[in-house]
Amino acid sequence: MDLHWMDASPTEDERAAVDTLLGRADASDKPGEPLEEHVIRGGREAAENKRHLLLPTLHAVQGEIGWISAGALNYVCRRLTVPPAEAYGVATFYALLSTEKRPKRIAHVCDDIACKLKGADALCNELEATLEPDTWHRSPCLGQCERGPAVLFQLAGEEDRTLTAADADAIRSGLEGGADRPEPKPSTPQTQGSREEGLRLLRRVGVCDPTSLDDYREHGGYVSLRRAVSIGADAILREVKDSGIRGRGGAAFPMGIKWDAVAKAPATPHYIVCNADESEPGTFKDRVLMEEDPFAIVEAMTIAGFATGSQRGFLYIRGEYPLAKKRLQNAIDVATRRGFLGADVMGSSFRFDIEIRCGAGAYICGEETALFNSIEGFRGEPRNKPPFPTQVGLFGKPTVVNNVETLVNVLDIVGDGGPAFAALGSKDSTGPKLFCLSGNVERPGLYEVPFGTTLRELLDKSGATDNIQAVLLGGAAGTFLGPDELDIALTFEGTREVGASLGSGVVMVFDEHADMTGTLLRVAAFFRDESCGQCVPCRVGTVRVEEALQRMARSNGNGAADTALIDELALVMKDASICGLGHTAASAIQSALARNLLTTKDSDS
Amino acid sequence: MSDRQVEISIDGNDVTVNEGATLLDACREHNIETPTLCYLENLTPVNACRVCVVELEGSRTLVPACSRQAEPGMKIQTDSERVRHSRKLVLELLASSVDMSLANDEIQGFMKRYDAEPEKFGKTAPASAEGERDRRRTGHHHAPDGATAETVAQPVKIHDEMYVRDYSRCILCYKCVEACGVDAQNSFAISAAGRGFDARISTEFNTRLDDSACVYCGNCIGVCPTGALMFKPEHDHREAGTWDEASQSVTRTVCSYCGVGCNLELRVQDNEIVRVTSPTDHDVTDGHLCIKGRFGWQFVQNR
Ligand SMILES: Cc1cc2nc3c(=O)[nH]c(=O)nc-3n(C[C@H](O)[C@H](O)[C@H](O)COP(=O)(O)O)c2cc1C
Ligand code: SF4
Ligand code: SF4
Ligand code: SF4
Ligand code: FES
Ligand code: FES
Repeated sequence: MDLHWMDASPTEDERAAVDTLLGRADASDKPGEPLEEHVIRGGREAAENKRHLLLPTLHAVQGEIGWISAGALNYVCRRLTVPPAEAYGVATFYALLSTEKRPKRIAHVCDDIACKLKGADALCNELEATLEPDTWHRSPCLGQCERGPAVLFQLAGEEDRTLTAADADAIRSGLEGGADRPEPKPSTPQTQGSREEGLRLLRRVGVCDPTSLDDYREHGGYVSLRRAVSIGADAILREVKDSGIRGRGGAAFPMGIKWDAVAKAPATPHYIVCNADESEPGTFKDRVLMEEDPFAIVEAMTIAGFATGSQRGFLYIRGEYPLAKKRLQNAIDVATRRGFLGADVMGSSFRFDIEIRCGAGAYICGEETALFNSIEGFRGEPRNKPPFPTQVGLFGKPTVVNNVETLVNVLDIVGDGGPAFAALGSKDSTGPKLFCLSGNVERPGLYEVPFGTTLRELLDKSGATDNIQAVLLGGAAGTFLGPDELDIALTFEGTREVGASLGSGVVMVFDEHADMTGTLLRVAAFFRDESCGQCVPCRVGTVRVEEALQRMARSNGNGAADTALIDELALVMKDASICGLGHTAASAIQSALARNLLTTKDSDS
Repeated sequence: MSDRQVEISIDGNDVTVNEGATLLDACREHNIETPTLCYLENLTPVNACRVCVVELEGSRTLVPACSRQAEPGMKIQTDSERVRHSRKLVLELLASSVDMSLANDEIQGFMKRYDAEPEKFGKTAPASAEGERDRRRTGHHHAPDGATAETVAQPVKIHDEMYVRDYSRCILCYKCVEACGVDAQNSFAISAAGRGFDARISTEFNTRLDDSACVYCGNCIGVCPTGALMFKPEHDHREAGTWDEASQSVTRTVCSYCGVGCNLELRVQDNEIVRVTSPTDHDVTDGHLCIKGRFGWQFVQNR
């Protein structure tokens, strides 16, 4: 490619940030050399081989310098042979990357629906009055919903940090470089006090040191991989099929079918992608697993690779999870050093490597094909399906993409056998399930129950108040249920019957004091902000839904007409959008309107 | 292309199409008019606008005709209530947020055919200030005021004598990006930037075109369906109220700058060349030209 470069040079620090990741540039990259005379070596193929390094390199600049200048972008583009306009298009796609100069310490303060119930609005008002406007921003859900209000500190030159149960003083002190608070305990009430028996997904949480491979092995770690290697790929695929397991990432697709398709796909290489983007408001289950049991995810991905003939795995984690990322990286490094990853996994001569890729503030990158584009160094815009990832996935190759929780289940499926796994739960929803309890409950946190548990039983466990106004099931893309609907069975089929879905396992409780209007407006704003903007129904539809809702909230106009308008918009989004974001962007709002949860100015008075 | 045939049903009629054909090809072959906005024969389908959707039996959602291949046994409806609803809404959503007054006749025809009423979303919000849309912080926006409908209206970008970019008219069909990239020009001067409703077509850091990789081939202007990208003379005439299509003539000629033999279509008003295009079905150009064919006449005219 014969590319044109902007007339802007990187600073020494910017250059160093890029070189730390990519290695020193060759001689033709010397500072001071006129940019136009730069010669690109390797041609088109080399360019394609390097493009996937674009997002990591932009992260490196953002992380060290605190923003991405024209000079830095130029240098990144030259090193990777990416057209600057495209790299700018990628950089401006992500909320955690800034192409404008800004302070080195930034606080992202969650004002999303769960944190609102914990006083996020009052907190933001206080910050507005006391902090410089460019030192903090409101943020969508940070995946810490059980212990809000949540804050992510993005710190140039230092590791990013999370603050939970935040108040204005702690935020101020964090921005000034104040002392770390101690890491809070894992939010898994069932593992505290008198530990509940029979936990599977949470079995190691709270008892096993997440940084120690030895401790992991003492608690049953790598038994499943050993069995996997001894029974062979075909037998694993059979166990997974027999288990009846469906994906826990939202779409509930049978895992066995996916793995089979990739194992049999003639095109090579095959890839494993672990989807750890977890950005659905109200969801924090994968974070807890990654922070507390990272080796389990590494082991499960290795089994997936072995079963489907894949040698490379990518774990795509949202950029707002610094602790989870650190623990996973440690697990990968230790496992590689000790022969559980790498050229000869457990002496079986099977090769498997895992690479972590970090998102940068884009909910849409959890959609599997957007995720591929993000890894490949393009804008996180979903692709049209078909073709499906099992045939044309990451880098255009057959790819298994599974959610973190789905993958961790594989350890039991291979360890105990598929039929044993299928014995738990209901016929169409087998196995254990994690639920993220937040909002007006006494003991918020992550709960593990078998499928088929009723919503009421789960609420009782977590100590929900008795004056429930509504429960949001499945996340912002899910459904609001009323207090008379708490006896539904938490299964894929049981929720489908009432027009709801389990989504990503969100159970958010709103008591009678909760501000439902503010909640619905926040949901509408979320989808407007997170739409990738590619297709018309979603790009403009999400804007029009939010406007209609605002009109209704202010009793500006005709409520019935606006409800009808939202229904019209919901239909075109569901029918004609490219991806699941557009398909479900209006569902929660529609479900709330159907249950009369919106209080307008008129009804207030 | 294979000569194998695929049988499908369109609106209840069994038809046969070539293997590998899209549903849009099938519809066109059987004279079923299908609206398209982001599709162009000479560009890779991006299937982003969704105005071409049809109802496919067994599919939960509608499918884009322009990029979905015909498979044996498919049953599609092209004029069902769901199809009409989605097409109408897509046009309304666009026309309520974008100035479509200069969109080509074909698009105006779609608007009529589906009774698009873009006004139903309310009074439009004021235009944004110069550069404001280019600097929006990704993932953030100001809450709507509960009274107006947001649009992409913004000041027009004029930085040179050849080329005007009026993104108030941009429907984000990505055609210009494709024409500038691998599909024709290989300059990669422009890309989509930002996200969601704040997504926009931009150079790196929104630099002026003459500071960017742009080589002024004008291919992006050639594919733009809404008049967002325009030759400066045409823009000036329109501003002055002297643009008069009725008095214009179109002359076909062959570009004389080099030996490639590109066909040119010169649009002339009052002895002045006001636009140069190339037919999309011309096999030398595929509709694309270079700066000499596209803009060389400016020097020919000695202006
Ligand atoms: C807008 C959107 C966001 C998504 N985000 C996630 C996510 O954060 N994590 C996830 O596992 N799946 C997410 N998904 C679902 C994935 O596309 C995909 O179905 C899933 O990763 C497959 O894994 P599973 O079969 O194990 O559930 C998302 C889907 C959409 C449409
Ligand atoms: S539905 Fe929304 S998020 Fe999905 S591709 Fe379309 S614009 Fe992007
Ligand atoms: S004139 Fe040519 S090079 Fe310039 S932006 Fe348009 S297509 Fe790209
Ligand atoms: S400028 Fe024109 S061609 Fe480019 S995206 Fe906008 S409407 Fe399409
Ligand atoms: S962390 Fe604030 S809503 Fe999830
Ligand atoms: S023409 Fe098919 S999606 Fe735009």
